[in-house]
Amino acid sequence: MPTRWRRIVIFILSLLPLVVLVVKAATNHLGADPQKAVVLFIGTWTFYFLLITLSVTPLKKLAKQGWLMAHRRMLGLFTLFYAVLHMISYFVFILGLDFSSFGAELVKRPYILLTIPAIILLIILGITSTKGMMRKLGKNWVKLHKGIYIVAVLAWVHVLLQVRSSYADAVLFGVLTLALLGIRIFWWQQKKSAQV
Amino acid sequence: MIINKLADIRTSEITPEHIYLARRDFMRGTIASGLLGAATLSSSNVFADSSYSAAENANKGPEWLNQKIAQAKADQQKLTESLTPYDSVTGHNNFYEFGYDKTDPAKKSQNFKPHPWQVEITGAVGKPGKYNLEDLLKGIDLEERVYRLRCVEAWSMVIPWVGFSLASLLKRFEPDSKAQYVSFVTLKDAKQFPEQKSVLSTIDWPYREGLRIDEAMHPLTILAVGLYGKTLPNQNGAPLRLVVPWKYGFKSIKSIVKIELSEHQPQTTWNQIAPAEYGFYANVNPTVDHPRWTQARERRLPSGLFSPNIIPTQMFNGYAEQVASLYKDQDLKKYY
Repeated sequence: MPTRWRRIVIFILSLLPLVVLVVKAATNHLGADPQKAVVLFIGTWTFYFLLITLSVTPLKKLAKQGWLMAHRRMLGLFTLFYAVLHMISYFVFILGLDFSSFGAELVKRPYILLTIPAIILLIILGITSTKGMMRKLGKNWVKLHKGIYIVAVLAWVHVLLQVRSSYADAVLFGVLTLALLGIRIFWWQQKKSAQV
Repeated sequence: MIINKLADIRTSEITPEHIYLARRDFMRGTIASGLLGAATLSSSNVFADSSYSAAENANKGPEWLNQKIAQAKADQQKLTESLTPYDSVTGHNNFYEFGYDKTDPAKKSQNFKPHPWQVEITGAVGKPGKYNLEDLLKGIDLEERVYRLRCVEAWSMVIPWVGFSLASLLKRFEPDSKAQYVSFVTLKDAKQFPEQKSVLSTIDWPYREGLRIDEAMHPLTILAVGLYGKTLPNQNGAPLRLVVPWKYGFKSIKSIVKIELSEHQPQTTWNQIAPAEYGFYANVNPTVDHPRWTQARERRLPSGLFSPNIIPTQMFNGYAEQVASLYKDQDLKKYY
């Protein structure tokens, strides 16, 4: 399949979670507490897209799936897309657009506070994801876009700080994040020792 | 064996009459007609909405309990707030023994066997023992109680329970002067409760809860065996659960197998997991936040996605007139 077609397929697939959510909402399948369900659903998919984006490079190196590299930007932008939707749904459905209480919520809830740097970082990465910006930033582009690792750690702490009755989510996301970041640390160590 | 004679209760343990009567003043009920005054659930069901028929269709309880529930007195002080529909009450709740998603209890409780059932009553009582549920309920008249339920997670419902006052049961077992607290334990059986096998659960099974004796003896505190005029569905804590309407929902322990009266404050499950987040008292209190979210508001369920039903939370879940005096010398910010 030519890259252009693959691009369209990945684009449509990436919109599927949103389509599922809209269908569920329209047919009253979000349960008795749809507000909470929407925020949780989008948040979960944000993390999935973050992990998928982080899997591209390891898949290229380990499974020789280099074609994926051409789609990394789109996957990253979908991570940003769902992260922003997650935030908007929190404002609309949990906060009830009562921005006067948002300040107090931020100060009192570390798990919400730490999403601010994460979302700012994601927006910066999104803005600088174009080919033009890549050229302009040169070597610094790679450095800047390593910021996604910080986002991943913040996202995991965001989940960890909300553990209540089960560690299942925190462990699932923790193991996957750790694996995807761990392999990079391993490569980085290898490269360093090779240089010595 | 059940002893029907009332035990000697210290006067300090008896709820003052003005608190007991305040329930009537408080409940802003609209129905007080002579007709309904004498009505039982089976006859008042003539006026029932679709939730009552849904409960009827889903009902799996044994015949003896069905008959007893049919004779329950209707709640004459019904709340004016509308009832949460049967589907939401039974399809969206926490019962972590079945899983940690809100839909797990309904999905994974089909094989749970609430009958036959035994409850052990032990500790500082004159008549300890293990009793069949059927014997426990002998001589007890059931009644409907329409209560608000406020979950600590900031959602709430209005549920028509069928049950009886905990005090009426406890008194039959002759609590002695050492009975300062009452603790409750849920069944531990990993065959029936799949999540009790999970290594990822934060809960140290079995689930445990407790009340101070004056809270346990308060007339608002009930043990429920039914809802919407039928036996309790498995996912809602069949066959016997506690309902303490002025406390967060997690205090209202489900599927009780043991009730113990003791001198000292018992260890309770959520308090054990996160003491900074869940106090022993867990009274609904809009001025004391959960560290991770505000308790000033709640989502009254079912809530529409674009017509969110967000309402202010009331002190003691709206039961302040009846229960505030229990805590008059207590710093509720410290003993949350």
